[in-house]
Amino acid sequence: MHTRKTGRFFQGFGATCAHYVALVLLGLMTLAPIWVMVVTGFKDDVLVQQKDPVWFFFVPTLDNYQEIMTRGRFDRYLWNSIVVGLWATFLTLLFGGLCAYALARTRFRGRALVANSTLLVRMVPPAVLAVPAFAMVIHLNIRTDLAVLIFFYTALNLPFAIWLLFGFYKQIPVELEEAAIVDGATPLQVFFRILLPLMGPGYAVAGIFTFRIAWNEFILALLLTGRTSRTLPVGAAGFITDTGVEWGRIMAMGTLIVIPPLLFTFFAARQIIAGMTAGAVKG
Amino acid sequence: MQRLTPYFFILPAVVMMAAGLVFPVFQALYLSFYDWKIGTAFSDAPFVGLAHFLRMLGDENVWASLAVTFRFGFWTISIEMFLGVALALLLEKPIRGASVFRTLFILPLMISPVVVGLIWRYLFDARIGWINYYLLQFGFEPQVWLGEADLAFFAIVLTDIWQWTPFIFIIVIAGLQALPSEVLEASRIDGANWWQQILFVKLPMIRTLLLIALLMRLIDIFRALEVMYILTGGGPGRATELLSLHIYNRAFETQQLGYASAISVLLILVVFVLSLGILLMGNPIQEEAKN
Repeated sequence: MHTRKTGRFFQGFGATCAHYVALVLLGLMTLAPIWVMVVTGFKDDVLVQQKDPVWFFFVPTLDNYQEIMTRGRFDRYLWNSIVVGLWATFLTLLFGGLCAYALARTRFRGRALVANSTLLVRMVPPAVLAVPAFAMVIHLNIRTDLAVLIFFYTALNLPFAIWLLFGFYKQIPVELEEAAIVDGATPLQVFFRILLPLMGPGYAVAGIFTFRIAWNEFILALLLTGRTSRTLPVGAAGFITDTGVEWGRIMAMGTLIVIPPLLFTFFAARQIIAGMTAGAVKG
Repeated sequence: MQRLTPYFFILPAVVMMAAGLVFPVFQALYLSFYDWKIGTAFSDAPFVGLAHFLRMLGDENVWASLAVTFRFGFWTISIEMFLGVALALLLEKPIRGASVFRTLFILPLMISPVVVGLIWRYLFDARIGWINYYLLQFGFEPQVWLGEADLAFFAIVLTDIWQWTPFIFIIVIAGLQALPSEVLEASRIDGANWWQQILFVKLPMIRTLLLIALLMRLIDIFRALEVMYILTGGGPGRATELLSLHIYNRAFETQQLGYASAISVLLILVVFVLSLGILLMGNPIQEEAKN
């Protein structure tokens, strides 16, 4: 950075102020719809149906939350979402990690094929999976809906996870492993004892992305789950009924659904951005 | 034994992807040759050969839906690219607290598409929606946003812009900050002003990045259906029925699984071509393999 000339100080100061004003405005535009959801979840039905919007000051109520717990079976959906999310994440990291490791560290016949097709299958649209998944469930007469969801979410997430973890493995110096091999460690021992501890940040990013997709996914969950196996997004959409849309309940449920991704964002924003840009920015 | 080790490592992942992604694609192709309806056994479904594909060629609804998808992609992506790049250029200079704002900006990308759809459906509601309220306050006519073709299309475009502009912004800003400072310094010494530096130095240097971002968004457009499913259901009529949603509605609303599969094959072809484009732009794993 070059030192700023004193004559340009105010120009620079003005520019910085404008910079902040722009950022604050953009931030507000981003946040406003999310804020509307959060406050609406705490409003009673009279207030929700009222025409002029109340942004801040009203008497909050927990009725909507109480209602989604009892009538909406929120507890059940929450449990399903957690089970599906954690299993899909675990399997994706386990299988994806092994595969990324092999791609990053070894040369074998078919390596380029695996690498390229991994990138291609990443693009398969979920809508294309819908009919075959539905057919599979009918054909095999599968009743354990959650297992089917875990299966598809793992498959959907593997390409991106492999790709991301590949980059992280590349950054670990190969000498570490060579030393361990000289000391007589088997490939699996090298993987679990040496690499896994160093790969913490990489697995965290891949895990966040996987869990988020499993947690948020809607179409396959809508198709493949029944009354007791619904996940949260399907449960939330269920408050749109023929008799009307129960906005208070929906927004309360939406607020709860958004909490885990929100926490991830606040605690790992930098890593998430690194994961997003890894798709486009090299290095 | 040593030579087989890599295969053991890749086996679980490859099997999962083959069974969960590749197999369904071929199954969609297979199903498209049968006239299978929901509620009937597949063994009763008559083989119809290429009839579904022939029907698709003359099916106005399919082409209309493809046209809606491209129209949606055109408006959303060009506005998002313009806004995202412009904001990134304006705000690229590192300042204190920038990371806080970047955290805020990725929020729309992290929350569930279903929730995004629900929030905006509430905002666009004709009777109690906040958008209509403020329109009225500023002297404009309230609109039936989700009930009229052009307005509903505008609504899904606006929602998409809200959700995805931050994505472009964030990757472009990352690309700009990764540019070698010597080059920028050199162009400044050569007398390039702010505009010239942007037009002739910065943008050309991140053009690959922009192209990849564009293709990624384009593929996303063909994957998207959840927000529209919640917001409009594809309506009114078919005004906001993107191809993905069209497939879903064909399969599970009008219950023509076979015909929907045939349309999926069309969707896969489009996405496949776009993906090849990205792949040609450079695959890091592949580049490693060449060395």
